[in-house]
Amino acid sequence: MNSKQMELNTVEVWDGNMANAQALRQAAVDVVAAYPITPSTATVENYASMHANGYVDGEVIMVESEHAAMSGCVGAGAAGGRVATATSSQGLALMIEVLYQASGMRIPVVLCLVNRALAAPLNVNGDHSDLYLTRDSGWVSLDSFSPQEAYDMTLMSFKISEHEKVRLPVISNQDGFMTSHTAQNVRPLSDEVAYNFIGDYKPLNAMLDFSKPVTHGVQTEHDWHFEHKAKQHAALMASKEVVKEVFEEFEKVSGRKYNIVESYGMEDAEVAIVCLGTTYESAILAVDKLKEEGIKAGVVAPRLFRPFPLVEIAQTLQNAKAVACMDRSAPGGTVGALYNEVAGALFNTSARPVLRNLIYGLGGRDMTINELCDIYRDLNKDAKAGKLTGKIQKLTGVRGPELSFYEL
Amino acid sequence: MSKSIKDMGWDELVPGAALFSFEQTVNYNIAEVQPEDRTYAETNSKNAYVGDWRVIKPVWNSEICIDCQNCWIFCPDSSIIARDKEMKGVDYDHCKGCGICVSVCPTNPKSLLMFNETEKNEDALAKWPEKKKKGESNE
Ligand code: SF4
Ligand code: SF4
Repeated sequence: MNSKQMELNTVEVWDGNMANAQALRQAAVDVVAAYPITPSTATVENYASMHANGYVDGEVIMVESEHAAMSGCVGAGAAGGRVATATSSQGLALMIEVLYQASGMRIPVVLCLVNRALAAPLNVNGDHSDLYLTRDSGWVSLDSFSPQEAYDMTLMSFKISEHEKVRLPVISNQDGFMTSHTAQNVRPLSDEVAYNFIGDYKPLNAMLDFSKPVTHGVQTEHDWHFEHKAKQHAALMASKEVVKEVFEEFEKVSGRKYNIVESYGMEDAEVAIVCLGTTYESAILAVDKLKEEGIKAGVVAPRLFRPFPLVEIAQTLQNAKAVACMDRSAPGGTVGALYNEVAGALFNTSARPVLRNLIYGLGGRDMTINELCDIYRDLNKDAKAGKLTGKIQKLTGVRGPELSFYEL
Repeated sequence: MSKSIKDMGWDELVPGAALFSFEQTVNYNIAEVQPEDRTYAETNSKNAYVGDWRVIKPVWNSEICIDCQNCWIFCPDSSIIARDKEMKGVDYDHCKGCGICVSVCPTNPKSLLMFNETEKNEDALAKWPEKKKKGESNE
């Protein structure tokens, strides 16, 4: 590295976008190919200004669309470089085809995805529609609930992505505006510690190794496609153990402990919610409040969205009597994905809590602590009754008469 | 790679379906060496059969061919086999049956014609059309 040194304080005041940008800088990324889109623009904007001011050595490539941004990343990754980009919402939707190329070609790419609603109607605020869009794309997907976590997850994404047992691209998610634009105290690692934690990039079958030329993304029909997909799936499933290892190693250098399934108050919880993103932090405050009222509440949040920690979720929920799965994405004609996955996790266990599906917070609508308390109180009714006291799915927080579906 | 690719399981494949050009490091004078004399890796596209969506195939008639190399130049899949500027035949492992070679063939009648995939080449050659008179369509 011959770039200029950046002086960092022990505690910096960064929003989630700056946290991402600093993580990219410390990872000494070779190529960032990016196209701006709210609310993730500032990730690459900050990074580009660090580049312009001589703090990073790599290339910043301005492209004409998000499709080209991810294509640039795949090309640079195949050539043998460490690459990253950032996007949101419609940009992610435009990238999605190339997301499948990256994972199928087993190219490590880090994507900082700042979660935002999908149009129409056009909306720049946060929900999980774009996160859900990446569900089957074959990427490892990590979720962070604050700028500190966004910094940590993005750093760790490189180590996970490039791990020899993984060699798959990784998404580092955070909530649009709620995390990306909220400045908070962030404790960064020093450049040296951060870089050594990730390590040098060791390309595998690099396209630009002229002594051993290689073709990426070849054609396989019915004769070999299935086997290649099987190998990809096996690697993705096995990445869970690597994620755990990386979390443990990260704890050693940072003192911050992460779990693939985060939970709070679950030791004695009878009622629980399962959610993603910043809602987890609000729910912790609601749980504390309810415990004082004598309601045994808890909250569970998968830190690892892909590969889905099915067994760990079931274990965390084994003593709950009533559970609400909170999906922050327009449901599209069925129950939310989180509900489906949690129901799937619980179905083969002896614990069969009453399960609700709450669709909430679409397009950036707030989920307040008071609303969360109400949700827990409803769950408490279900737990007392031992059965659902309403329909399975409810759109909570929507204006007008109650909107709910699937009556048993 | 000691095992043939046909005997390999999913767990033995190269991650990301990458194909290597050759078993050894590249000889940069490779253009001088005929493809059949090169050592391709098991997973090289030369060894991967991709002609299986073809429903019609080009059949080559060596009696009429003038070795003009038009078909060799135009084939988008490098499926015309030519050696020392002499036409040798069609590589049916990779030919997709697009018919471009037939449409660029200048002889009368054409030295390449499309036939049903299931038709035997010798049967196809037996029913080769006669030379067309001036003004008649060459198809
Ligand atoms: S049919 Fe098409 S692919 Fe086959 S040899 Fe002719 S030009 Fe090539
Ligand atoms: S285009 Fe026709 S005449 Fe020319 S080499 Fe090919 S088959 Fe022969």
